[in-house]
Amino acid sequence: MGLSELKVAVLSGKGGTGKTFITVNLAAVAGPSTYVDCDVEEPNGHLFFKPEYAAEEIVTVKMPVVDQRQCTGCRKCVDFCRFGALAYSNSGLMIFADICHSCGGCMLICPEGALSENEKPMGKVRKWVAENVHGLSGILNIGEPSGVPLIHELLSDMNDRPHPVFIDCPPGSACAVMESIKEADYCVLVSEPTLFGVHNLQIVWELVRLFKKPFGVVLNKVLPGEAMAESFCAERGMHILARIPFTQHLGLLNSQGSIAVREDEDTRAVFLDLLKAISKEVHCEATAHS
Amino acid sequence: MKQLLILSGKGGTGKTTMASAFVRLSKARAYADCDVDAPNLHLTVGWTKEPKRSHYFGLPRAKVDPDLCIRCDLCRQYCRFGSVILEGSNYRVDSLACEGCGVCEFVCPAGAISMEPHVDGELMLYSDAKTAFSTAKLNIGSGTSGLLVTEVKKQMRESAGTAPLAIIDGSPGIGCPVIASLSGVDLVLVVTEPSITGMNDMTRIVETARKFGTKTVVCINKCDTNMENTRCIAELCRGWGLALVGLIPFDSEVVKTVNAGLSIVDVDCQAGEAVRSVFEKTMDILFGENEGGDEQ
Repeated sequence: MGLSELKVAVLSGKGGTGKTFITVNLAAVAGPSTYVDCDVEEPNGHLFFKPEYAAEEIVTVKMPVVDQRQCTGCRKCVDFCRFGALAYSNSGLMIFADICHSCGGCMLICPEGALSENEKPMGKVRKWVAENVHGLSGILNIGEPSGVPLIHELLSDMNDRPHPVFIDCPPGSACAVMESIKEADYCVLVSEPTLFGVHNLQIVWELVRLFKKPFGVVLNKVLPGEAMAESFCAERGMHILARIPFTQHLGLLNSQGSIAVREDEDTRAVFLDLLKAISKEVHCEATAHS
Repeated sequence: MKQLLILSGKGGTGKTTMASAFVRLSKARAYADCDVDAPNLHLTVGWTKEPKRSHYFGLPRAKVDPDLCIRCDLCRQYCRFGSVILEGSNYRVDSLACEGCGVCEFVCPAGAISMEPHVDGELMLYSDAKTAFSTAKLNIGSGTSGLLVTEVKKQMRESAGTAPLAIIDGSPGIGCPVIASLSGVDLVLVVTEPSITGMNDMTRIVETARKFGTKTVVCINKCDTNMENTRCIAELCRGWGLALVGLIPFDSEVVKTVNAGLSIVDVDCQAGEAVRSVFEKTMDILFGENEGGDEQ
């Protein structure tokens, strides 16, 4: 598998380790490429690419609606719903959209046909192009509990876009992260050399092994003399693909929303090497499994 | 019990560093880590004793009995989560994708599907005669983090219900674990940083807290890394009528202190001093001695 077919997911467990920084800069040095922002609760990649124009598409989920005239108050739906999204009171059947999982069970169980479904907006997908990078950003509406349907939409869109594709994952290790790495050919685990960073690296390491994804590690904000993450990786035979030093200059570029590889030659070289290291890893992986 | 919740939207701005400092300064008798995806507070609050551990059961997951299955395919057609998988001529439920709704069990004409209890994580309670620290770890790949957050807070209240103050470390983002952590909270302290991403995420978390009607104050961590953005955040807070309770400078001591498993107020440093002042202002607002801006 060559670079031009590749889908790479970038994840970290802990927030703020530099997932977006790594993903944005990889996409920028690899261009033409596609950047997919699956951190739909707090999408940020577009702040760096600054596209002038974005096409927007509303994403919806199915939500039950009740026809109170047909509802006899039998409460079968209330008993069936495992999420507690329905309640019956004197004023009729109530539906709590925020906790509904859109399973469709209440509609199936209603003996009176009083329940049907409509489409409820839960977020949007922005599709943009900035120089030679195509972007897909998911933006979850405030107050919505789960971004998974939105991530699903992003991933189904990415196949028709220029490859390599770089997927910026949400923090953590729960459902939204699993969804984001599902289609990836390779995972980049980002860590920072702090106690928290290393502890959370352990969590995503378990996740990528559960999904049997090939992976490598990028150590970000590396300080001289701080070897905690290094020894963690060495003990477990985890391959470190790149070490990005902590510098005030990089911090400032990032805080301003600049793309570091376009401003700084040294950083550009680091990311070109990282890209090469990823291609080589995927190539070896493919050979080993063929 | 007054509950203070620490949030940020963006990860890595310093929620846990702030929470562990607040725990130390307040000598809190009740505190909790609601970042159940990636909990870290236990690494810096210095409990040496092993916690009491208990299983967290999320929703039961579907299981197909191959002997009863008549291979009608209805379960696969009705599942909205793509969790029923046909392998050769056998149906199987992917428990990572199953949300436990029970639709497949309902539509199965052969009674071949049952809903089985499923351990989704572990609750941990560190406690002694005076203090309770409640935390949890969601199993890798499990959903329902919001429910586990609710359990973490319940465990804290049940063990230290008479404590006057509870400090709760939240999770990044604005989704279900954050929404679950907001319930019953008296004040949210948002920890932001002066980067374009920190600012963007702060606006989304402030809106989320507002939607659920929770009073909010803001502090800016690593404020001197981009003074222009720091001024911009102060301006935003004024516009929203939110009290800005302090600025914390970037301090290389912080990483060293955290890596040593200590809290930044345990050592003499610039950032530690600033956090003390943030703590005092926040407590004044939480306990009502200062209304802190014209919060709507």
